[in-house]
Amino acid sequence: MKVLVPVKRVIDYNVKVRVKADQTGVDLANVKMSMNPFDEISVEEAVRLKEKGKASEVVAISIGPAQASETIRTALAMGADRGILVKTDAEVEPLAVAKILKAICEAEQPGLVILGKQAIDDDSNQTGQMLAALLGWPQATFAHKLELGDGKADVEREIDGGLQTVEIKTPAIVTTDLRLNEPRYASLPNIMKAKKKPIDEKAPADYGVDVAPRLKTLKVTEPPKRQAGIKVKTAAELVDKLKEAGALP
Amino acid sequence: MTSLVIAEHDNKNLKDATAKTVAAAAQVSSPVHVLVAGSDCASVAEAASKLSGVEKVLLADDPAYAKMIAEPMEKLILSVAGNYDAILAPATTNGKNYMPRVAAKLDVPQISEILKVVSADTFERPIYAGNAIATVQAGAGKKIITVRTTAFKAGEANGSASIEKASAAGDPGISKFVGEELSKSERPELTSAKIVISGGRGMQSGDNFHLLDKIADKLHAAVGASRAAVDAGFVPNDYQVGQTGKVVAPELYIAVGISGAIQHLAGMKDSKVIAAINKDEEAPIFQVADFGLVADLFKAIPEMEAELTKLGY
Repeated sequence: MKVLVPVKRVIDYNVKVRVKADQTGVDLANVKMSMNPFDEISVEEAVRLKEKGKASEVVAISIGPAQASETIRTALAMGADRGILVKTDAEVEPLAVAKILKAICEAEQPGLVILGKQAIDDDSNQTGQMLAALLGWPQATFAHKLELGDGKADVEREIDGGLQTVEIKTPAIVTTDLRLNEPRYASLPNIMKAKKKPIDEKAPADYGVDVAPRLKTLKVTEPPKRQAGIKVKTAAELVDKLKEAGALP
Repeated sequence: MTSLVIAEHDNKNLKDATAKTVAAAAQVSSPVHVLVAGSDCASVAEAASKLSGVEKVLLADDPAYAKMIAEPMEKLILSVAGNYDAILAPATTNGKNYMPRVAAKLDVPQISEILKVVSADTFERPIYAGNAIATVQAGAGKKIITVRTTAFKAGEANGSASIEKASAAGDPGISKFVGEELSKSERPELTSAKIVISGGRGMQSGDNFHLLDKIADKLHAAVGASRAAVDAGFVPNDYQVGQTGKVVAPELYIAVGISGAIQHLAGMKDSKVIAAINKDEEAPIFQVADFGLVADLFKAIPEMEAELTKLGY
């Protein structure tokens, strides 16, 4: 069974983002970029399935600028077999991403597509679900544990208030939550090996998908800032101040 | 034109998130209808009919909707979507699960986790874990929206909407509910509690969280944790407040032994009053706290408890 893993190039999660003065977005100039952390978890899960003999091939896909090939290389160094770069300098919204991935799924016929539950830049949390709907496939979002069976998968999901287990028929879509696994670091020999793995280069037009944004971003601003308050000396004083502020019932 | 809100509930009780989503929907397009999809959930429809601003409640009572599994929910919402120009769901794990499917099938983008309705087609939403706010404008077509419910105030429950049966739309049969493990607690849920007390790495162990439990019991508060405390194995993941956990905005947030990493602040900085107890006076949490106490929590928390007892809590 083939597993597809879409990976997104985003601002590294350790970087403090700065909103541009002209309010057109956040400053991406000279900022460290990395693979979306949830996507690292997807790659790790797919590679583990291959190591367990449950997946035959792991294909990493990225939709983005030329540099997104570095993100694919990271996935290849972690153990993915080959890559597909759908090159575009446009900012591609989740719906368009899902349409491109649908076309790739139709060509590649995977048994499973594992995606991060959300990208840490636009925080949309949509692509996996949209892809599932477009394909008419079942989905298990926010996966905490994945057991692949014969023609099905049992997935434990993180939901408000606890965990839920669903059984889905394959082919299916799984989106990853933080606790699914701990992604490995690629070893130097594997990084070297990854340089020889093939990456196919495509464009959105090859899949007949129009990536023009459907939402218009009017502005991007800083969130309201909180002011530091006062320091109190004792726990009793803290309780008194909270009482005065009307914060206690 | 009319908007439709998908109710959040557990087949018995309507969740507060629904009322807040109705409040957001009323600003997008009114009147507001509410779709209650569940199993044996007449009491939920009853409660929804009382929400102010709601004109009609659609009740789809069928075992297929008992756990709001995404695939049957998609079919059901699509079966009634034609009557509405906006469909909204709370950004709970349920709403986040089924809503993008609906958007994709309608070939429209979803606008995720709105914080504010600027006008009928323009919304504010957080990006980069709330470190930036984007104002986005939707184009033509239906608006599919999830709502960050902490950003909206529920209206009064003084309405009297009609309740109408909606036909079930069938189950595609590609997914099924197997089981669930819900944390049992007498305390309010993190996302709807008026007071939240959270512990961080400074708690040193899971056992020490009992110190927070005592305060929580007195104040009827929910207990949360930072990611560091969850990663250290002190408490389960559903305690986690932050960018990768739950976003809370209670009346009072008490951070205990939490340094205040960006990822944690993203989940609680919209709380009305923030109190912080930490022995490191340089901890970033103090930069957002209204009241800070630089102290050893193992001394401060029992003192706080004693003071609350003295005041009759």
